[in-house]
Amino acid sequence: MTRDPVLKITAKFLIPLIMLFALYVQFHGEYSPGGGFQAGVIFASAIILYGLVFGVEAASAVLPMSFLIRQAAAGVLLYGGVGVVSMLLGGQFLNYNLLAADPVSGQHLGIILVELGVGLTVTAVMVIIFFVFADRNRP
Amino acid sequence: MDWLLKDWFSHYNYWIAIFLMMIGFYTVISRGNMVKQIVGLNIFQTSVFILYISLGNVAGGSAPIVREGITLFSNPLPHVLILTAIVVGVATSALGLALIVRIKEAYGTIEEDEIREVDRMRESVEIHIEDALQDKTLHEDTPR
Amino acid sequence: MEQVIVTVLLGFLAATAVAVIRIKNLFAIVMLFGVYSLLCASVFLIMDAGDVAFTEAAVGAGITTVLMLSTVALTGSAIRIDKGSDKRNKLMPLALVTLTGLALVWGTLDIPPYSDPAAPVHQHVAPRYIEDSPQEIGIPNMVASVLASYRGFDTLGEVAVVFTAGLGVLMLLGRKKRKDQNKS
Repeated sequence: MTRDPVLKITAKFLIPLIMLFALYVQFHGEYSPGGGFQAGVIFASAIILYGLVFGVEAASAVLPMSFLIRQAAAGVLLYGGVGVVSMLLGGQFLNYNLLAADPVSGQHLGIILVELGVGLTVTAVMVIIFFVFADRNRP
Repeated sequence: MDWLLKDWFSHYNYWIAIFLMMIGFYTVISRGNMVKQIVGLNIFQTSVFILYISLGNVAGGSAPIVREGITLFSNPLPHVLILTAIVVGVATSALGLALIVRIKEAYGTIEEDEIREVDRMRESVEIHIEDALQDKTLHEDTPR
Repeated sequence: MEQVIVTVLLGFLAATAVAVIRIKNLFAIVMLFGVYSLLCASVFLIMDAGDVAFTEAAVGAGITTVLMLSTVALTGSAIRIDKGSDKRNKLMPLALVTLTGLALVWGTLDIPPYSDPAAPVHQHVAPRYIEDSPQEIGIPNMVASVLASYRGFDTLGEVAVVFTAGLGVLMLLGRKKRKDQNKS
């Protein structure tokens, strides 16, 4: 938590941009460097910046711990769920060919869903770790 | 000496990776500060990353993204392995740092040899207490 | 030219690593480690690994530094200065490290030269990924298609590891409130 107005204004200006960039990295990862892992870490760093500048209480009010744990689990489940759905459609586990009408768009859909799952889990876990460490630092 | 000159540029990357790896290894095995050991472990880890990425590089190649006019690509497989390893690495270092915080709370220090000393002292105190308890029970058993 | 830049950057990396183990202040060590990670990311970028450089810059220079700083805030940043008797104990690890390093350098002489297109690494599965993935998967970034599709099972495991590590940190450090209640 800081009282410095320069830091606060700069952070307010930067945080939305960092989040937007994270979303770009997440959903443009098939065409340029990027993907779920990078996007998750960048999104988490936006929230960590918010926590560092405006206090961890303010950040945990936006993202409570119970929600973060559910988000982390939901990411892994989404990833595994795509695999199970492709099995139910008659293919192998995590073979996305049957997810859509033709194999190429099936692969495309599968990769987007899987990367989304990765992004959700990585964001949630990084933010959980930061919150837990910052919580210990409070007297 | 001849092979040294010949191999200098072609194996320089691998040697730097080994040098970094040994620095990390030394930090981990020389009993010291535990946060420093985690930093050493991270240096060890990045040395492996550098080795893998060096192995995957192709002379005149380009980043493995299909674009017009590019035909020679670097090997994408090491990139995939290392990309996931970096994120897993930060998650596991966070676990190590959490353990350090708990050790600090339990022992009051994060120097490895001081922790051993505290352990030794606690053990000897426990032995003394056990001895004292046994003495007491012996005295109680003996009829007066 | 590329090789010259890589050589210089790797030299910087080695110098930073030596500085990290010689400094006696944890705060300085952590900040230097951030510099080290950023240098690493530049090396990866020049070696054509854009995705990896991206991740290393975000993770190593960003998140790891923040986590280490919060640990240092809890443990204090002073490192105990070595006494004379401790210095003798450092000889054994130093000898071990030197021996291991020399053995590994001897081992590298069998590795094909850096960036050799004929190296065995580039002969087996990589050509298939490079030639077939644009048609089979239909996306230009091969790293993404190998990560999420060809090696999707691997990545599922990695995501599970990240999730488990998060749970582990939560179990180790996330129970402060309960302890306070017991005390009061």
